[in-house]
Parts: sequence; C-alpha cells; structure tokens
Amino acid sequence: MAVFDLALCTLILLAALAAVAGPGLFRAVVFFVVYGVLIALAWVRLGAPDVALAEAAIGAGLTGVLLLGAVGRLSRAGADEPLTSRIDWPVALAAGLVGAMLVWAVLSLAPGPGLAPAVAEILPQTGVENPVTAVLLNLRAWDTLLESVVLLAALIGLWPLARGGAWQAAAGPVHHALPDGVLAGFGRLLPPVALLVGVYLVWAGAYQPGGAFQGGTVLAAAGVLCVMAGLVRAPGMAAPLWRLALVAGPGLFLALGVAGMAFGGFLLFPTALAKGMILAIEMVLTLSIAVTLALMVLGPPEGGGAQ
Amino acid sequence: MTPLIALLALPLAGALMAVAVPHRGARIAGVVVVASAGALIMLVAQWGIPHAAPGGWGAPLGIMLEADGLALAFMAMVLAVMAGVCATAAPMRELPTPFWPLALLAWAALNAIFVSRDLFNLYVGLELLTLAAVALVATGGDKALAAALRYLIFALTGSILYLAGVVLVYSAHGVLDVSLLAATLPAPTDRVAMGLMTAGLLIKTALFPFHVWLPPAHAAAPAPASAMLSALVPKASFVILLRLWFEAMPDAADDRLLTALAVLGALAVGHGGIMALRQTRLKQIIAYSTVAQIGYLFLVFPLAGGDGAAQPWAAGAWTGAVFQALSHGLAKAAMFLCAGLWIIAVGSDRLEDLRGLARGLPMTAMAFALAAITLMGLPPSGGFTAKYLMMTTAFASGQVVWALVLAGGGLLAAAYLYRPMGALFAREIPAFTPVPRYLQAVPLVLALLAVGMGVLSDGLYAFLQLGRPGTAEEGL
Amino acid sequence: MTVYAVTGALLVALGLYGLIAARGLLRRVVAFNVVGSGVFLMFGALGWYEGHTDPVPQALIITGIVVALSASALAVGLVVAHARVSGGQVLEDDAP
Repeated sequence: MAVFDLALCTLILLAALAAVAGPGLFRAVVFFVVYGVLIALAWVRLGAPDVALAEAAIGAGLTGVLLLGAVGRLSRAGADEPLTSRIDWPVALAAGLVGAMLVWAVLSLAPGPGLAPAVAEILPQTGVENPVTAVLLNLRAWDTLLESVVLLAALIGLWPLARGGAWQAAAGPVHHALPDGVLAGFGRLLPPVALLVGVYLVWAGAYQPGGAFQGGTVLAAAGVLCVMAGLVRAPGMAAPLWRLALVAGPGLFLALGVAGMAFGGFLLFPTALAKGMILAIEMVLTLSIAVTLALMVLGPPEGGGAQ
Repeated sequence: MTPLIALLALPLAGALMAVAVPHRGARIAGVVVVASAGALIMLVAQWGIPHAAPGGWGAPLGIMLEADGLALAFMAMVLAVMAGVCATAAPMRELPTPFWPLALLAWAALNAIFVSRDLFNLYVGLELLTLAAVALVATGGDKALAAALRYLIFALTGSILYLAGVVLVYSAHGVLDVSLLAATLPAPTDRVAMGLMTAGLLIKTALFPFHVWLPPAHAAAPAPASAMLSALVPKASFVILLRLWFEAMPDAADDRLLTALAVLGALAVGHGGIMALRQTRLKQIIAYSTVAQIGYLFLVFPLAGGDGAAQPWAAGAWTGAVFQALSHGLAKAAMFLCAGLWIIAVGSDRLEDLRGLARGLPMTAMAFALAAITLMGLPPSGGFTAKYLMMTTAFASGQVVWALVLAGGGLLAAAYLYRPMGALFAREIPAFTPVPRYLQAVPLVLALLAVGMGVLSDGLYAFLQLGRPGTAEEGL
Repeated sequence: MTVYAVTGALLVALGLYGLIAARGLLRRVVAFNVVGSGVFLMFGALGWYEGHTDPVPQALIITGIVVALSASALAVGLVVAHARVSGGQVLEDDAP
C-alpha cells in the first residue's frame, strides 16, 4: 500500500502544480478538478469517507463548475489571463519557508487518538451514530450554525455585484441550450436521480457517511445543470420565495438552538429528542444549502436589469 | 434566554430576517440595537464573567463561550458604533439594500468572536466577518471592486495561515480551547503554530507592512460601511491576538518576537501618519489614520507580555491597549459618519470642498474635533487614558523607546488632523445641502462617548480587570 | 500516513506561492483552494491513528471545505464583476 500512497501523493502534487502554475487558465481549472478528485481519493484512503464525499461534491465538483463558469465569463469579457513565466523569487522563498516549517512540524508530531475515544464514549447521547455528524450537528453545533451563515454571507455578497445594480434579476448569465442537445437530455434525467441521492445522503448521514452539506450539494448541482441546459429559467437572485428558502435552514437551526434553553442550554438537544431535532434541522438545512449553493454557482445577475 | 446568548442570537436572527425582507432592513437593525442594549445592560449589571457551553458539552468536546470584561467592553463598543451606523444609514436612499443583512452579519460575527474560547470557532467567526466586510466594501459600486478584491486576497491569505496554525495546535495538544491550552505542557511545534496564527492575524489586523489593502478598501466603501470597517473589523483579529499571546500560550512569548511586533507597530504609527499627511481626501486621511492607530495596539506585547507579564505594571499596559482599541473605535466611527454627512452636504470629501463647513453643520464639526482629541491622545479623552497607561508602564519597565513612539504618534496625529480641521473652521461661507439635526447629533454622541471613556476611566478600568489574564496570580 | 501530511504541507507552500505571486485573479482563487485543501489534508493525516481518522478534525475539515467554497464564490463574483468593469484580470498597481 505504501507504493499506492506514494504514487497518489505524487499525482496530487503534479496536478496541483499544473493548476497553480501550468499554462492556460482553462487547462489549469481542469487540472484543479482532477486534483480535487485525487484528494477525495486520499480521504478514502485515510478512512474519512465523509470528508471524501464533501471534497468530491464541493471541493472538486461545485468549485470546479464555479471556476469553469468564471473562465467562460472572463473570456467573454475579453479579460485574458496575463502571461507570466518568470518566477517571483522572494515570494517563492517565503512560501518555501512556510512549507519547510510545516514539514518539520508534521514530522515532529507524534500520532495520537486525539478526541476520538472521548467522542465514541458520548456518542450514544448525541442522537446519531455517525461520529462526524455527531461532532458537526451536536458537539460543535455552534460552528455549524455559523458556517451555514457564512454560506449565506457569501451569497448576499454577490447581490451588490449584479450588473446595473439589478440584484433581484435572474441569477447568472442568460443560458441558451438546444432543446434536443445532449445537455438537455441529461438535464431531464438528472433531477429525479439527484433528488433521490441528495435526500438519501442526508438521511444516511446519521448512520453512515453523508450529511446536509453533501446532500445539499448534489441537489444544487442538479438545479444548476437544469438551468444550464435551458430546461428551467434561472430563478431571481433574490426572489421572495427563494429568500425564504435561503434562511429557513439557519433560521430553524437558530430557533431550535434557542428553544434548547428550555432544556438547560443553548443548542442543547436532550438525548431522547436529539435524533428528531437533528434530522429536522438537517432536512431543512439541506434545502437552504441547496438553494444557496445553486444561486452562488449561477452567480450574480448579468442581464443588466433587462427583466 | 440568557443575556449572553441573546447578544449572539439577536444580530444573527436580525440578519436572517433582513435577508427574508431586505427592504425592512433598517427597522430590523433598529430592533436588534434596542434589544441588544437591554441584554448588555443586564450583563454589565451582573459584574461577573458569564459563560455558556452550547450543547452542554463544554471543552474539549464542545465550544466554550465566555464574556469577560474584555469581551463585554468590545461588545458594548460595537453596539454603540452599530447604533450610530444604523441611525445614519437608515435615511440614506442611495445605500444598496444588501447593506443591511451584511451589516448585521458582520455584527453577529464580531460578537461571536469576542466571546469564543475555541480556536476553530474563532476561525469560522473570522471568515464570516471577512466575507461580510469584503461584501460591504463592494456595496460601494464599480469603483470599489478592485479595493474589495485586494482586501479579499489579503484576508484569505491571513485566514488560511491562521487555520494552518490551528491545525498544528490541535494535532499537538488535542484541544482547541484557550483555557485548556493554557493548562497543557508546551509542545515543540507550538512556535511554528503561534507564528502562523500570528502572521495570519497581523494581515487581518492590517499591521504595517500588511496594511496596503486597508486604505483603498475603507475609503471606497459607503461611509456607514467605512465606519464599521475601520472602527470594528480590525479589532476582532486583535482581540484574538490578545487571547493567544496572553491567555492560550503566554509561555511561547519570546522577548525578541514581542519586540518585533512592537517595532512593526511603531513603523505603522510613523508610516500611517506620514501617508495621512499626504492625502487630499478626508476619507483617505481617516483610513491612513487607522493604519497609524492600529500601530499603538502592538506596543502592548513587549510592555505587558513575556518576562514582564508577572510585573505589577503589566496590567496597566494591557488595559491601556484595550482602552486604545475601544476609544479608537468610537472616535473613528464618529469621523467616518461625519465624512458621510459632509459628502451628503457638499457632494465630495475633498478638503478644499469642506472649507467653512463648521458654520453650516456645527455639531458635526464639534464631533470631528472631539474625535480628533481622542486620536491625538489629549486629556480628558479615552485616547489619553490609553496613552497614559501605556506610557506609565513604558517608564516603569525601562522601555522608554515605546513612550517616544506614543508621544511622536500623538504629534503626527495632530499634524494630519490639523488639515481637515483647518478646512472645516476656515472663515468662509460654504454652499451646502442641509442635513437634519438628529443626523448631525449621531457622530457627536459617539465622539462624546470616546471622550467620556477618559472621564469615567476608573470604572471601565475596574471592569476590564474581570477575567484579565494574570489577575489570578496577583491575587496570591 | 505521514506521507499525506507532508504532501499537505507541500501543497500549502505551492498554493501560497500562487496566491501571492500569480497576477491572474482567477488563478489566485485556484491557488487559494490548493492551500486550503493542503491544510485540510495535513489536518486529516495528522489525525490518523491505527486505521481511523479522528472524527473531530473530519468535522472541522467539512466545515472548512464549505467555508472555502463560500470564499471562492464571493471571490469569483468579484473577479468577474471587476473584469466586466476594467476589462482585465489583474489589479491595477500589480500591472508592470
């Protein structure tokens, strides 16, 4: 297995090199997606399937779509990447120094079980069987609540960027697809499958790898594809119903967190009710995450206030 | 609901509501201001250190929240500034609607950072603050895009370095809680971890030479957003630096390193002051002044840290730095809100266009003058108390060079603030659009608070000692 | 599993170089994501012990991945809007 690990790490580094310093922006982004898939493979090898799912869906998949879309928009705006071939030595030296310090630190740290035994011990009280989900939605629920709001902040940050200040117009550029094209056929098939996979990921997250963020990503990807295929029109970046969908998840999370004060503390889920409360939060959160991510990837309205 | 949780939940709930109904943003923010004031008064009246363990787990499995004197004082300053920002922003029709949810999100992030005891939770809070702050810059329109981008690139570099340090801390100690870390044995990797976290936070605090993103970003944003960005946002990463160096790992402090931080601070005071002298637009002057004023904060490291931490004078320097951060926040918010009102009145912030404006808008000129007194460190302002406390320690500990920095910085501030004051009080009759009196009163109240901090410094000093690192040892 | 932790450290160095030295703005967003995943890989690999990875770093990494996506989305939005206004993909005073 050592040979496999070494080969995988070499490939990861090569793909990263091509993404960061290789010629051609489009090529770089393609290598970045490949890099993301390789990293996901590394997570499988490290026995972290939850992270592998998140990396494949979010790190490689959604970030990849986001970057590829940007490459297209930039070339349409005539903003090509400036050519540079020279190496910036002072920066290289500084980055190398940070890298050397990190390698030294990594090699001098002795492996240990960390908090794994402590999490295993209290797992029965958390209402879920997957320790990663237990950490995310119970032990460190405050982190996760803030994180869901970070996602929202990034989306609202896109509102002022709408062309011509029309922040309530349809999200993203105008998409044209042939009604009988490959993308359209694929787009028709995908939504029901994605819905099934997405909901399954959330439901399964309590017992096995999966969860709200991974499930929401799958749903968002399906939605984005439908828009790109021209099957449905892009929703308004800030249409009233969508805005409610954006805040429903974090809102329910916060409300149940405050309701927990009745049981003795903020974000406290009593063992008997924990399972139901967490599942409810996850389901609604998945919806909000899916809508947020989809609008985020479609990007700020570019119609210029035509609608 | 305890008042502590209310302070966290109110701006968060307000932000969510402002997303759902954006055109009601101003009203929602007003409700959050009033309710938060109630919660804060209850907390201060308790005169203790309230804490909470979300989920009931406590560290190391869960996250601990604690509102010591430092956290409460900062939350109170943020509340005052936000009240002022909301009052002036509400009637501004040209402000884009997304301003409101973004401002509330930034507020929620600030409060979350001030009370958090968990290094990773602090990272999430910092990222929320960063994204909201960058987006607030971008509400300035097309001309603000480049400034927002530069800010985002610097901020992301900073947060990823901080996160790398947090990873090393957890891998070495298996805990992320500030108090638990203080009780663990030092690990050999701690220095690398502290170095990375500190470097990341310096970039976010805009300490010289990592400040280049700050003046364009703060000058390009709409005035109410600038007030938040300059008065509040750099303070969050500074508070985390205080938590790291004085609470989590005081033993990692090496005298040379502490001195290096203060040298950068001294350079910031000089560079920011000289650059402020060379600007012709008021918002640029105020933004460069922030670079200089942030420099003072870093004198705290050699004055109160390292070998000197156990000395009786350490408390003075630490409290002085906190006074500086708080009074600068109030004064700087007052100045940016004045600039915003003057832009409404004369349509520009060029110094030559502001000539004689003190006759037309006397209350704002008064506010600007009082805020200037605080920034120069003249008595009886909060800025004076800050410098007095830090200077006393500098002399007591024989580090006279830092006292010179404090004095020289005051002179520079007087020089760069003289120009806008000279323009305002020029004997000319200005042509301007009138501004309602209640709007003029808002920056005046903030500037009076900054001065009042000096007048009421005894009570505030005592309050800041609640939970101050090192107080336990002194009690023995 | 030290090899993965070392790889993570090298990715951080590589990505940091790109984040600071690259002039193309979208390239810097790509580099930021490489630094991020490098830090996460380090974190996860250091938490690997006797065939399992500590669930706490795993959860923190998932949070981190979502935060990185949020930052990337805002960055991409700004880069595209900036290109539309300025017609270029560099920040002005970075130009030679």
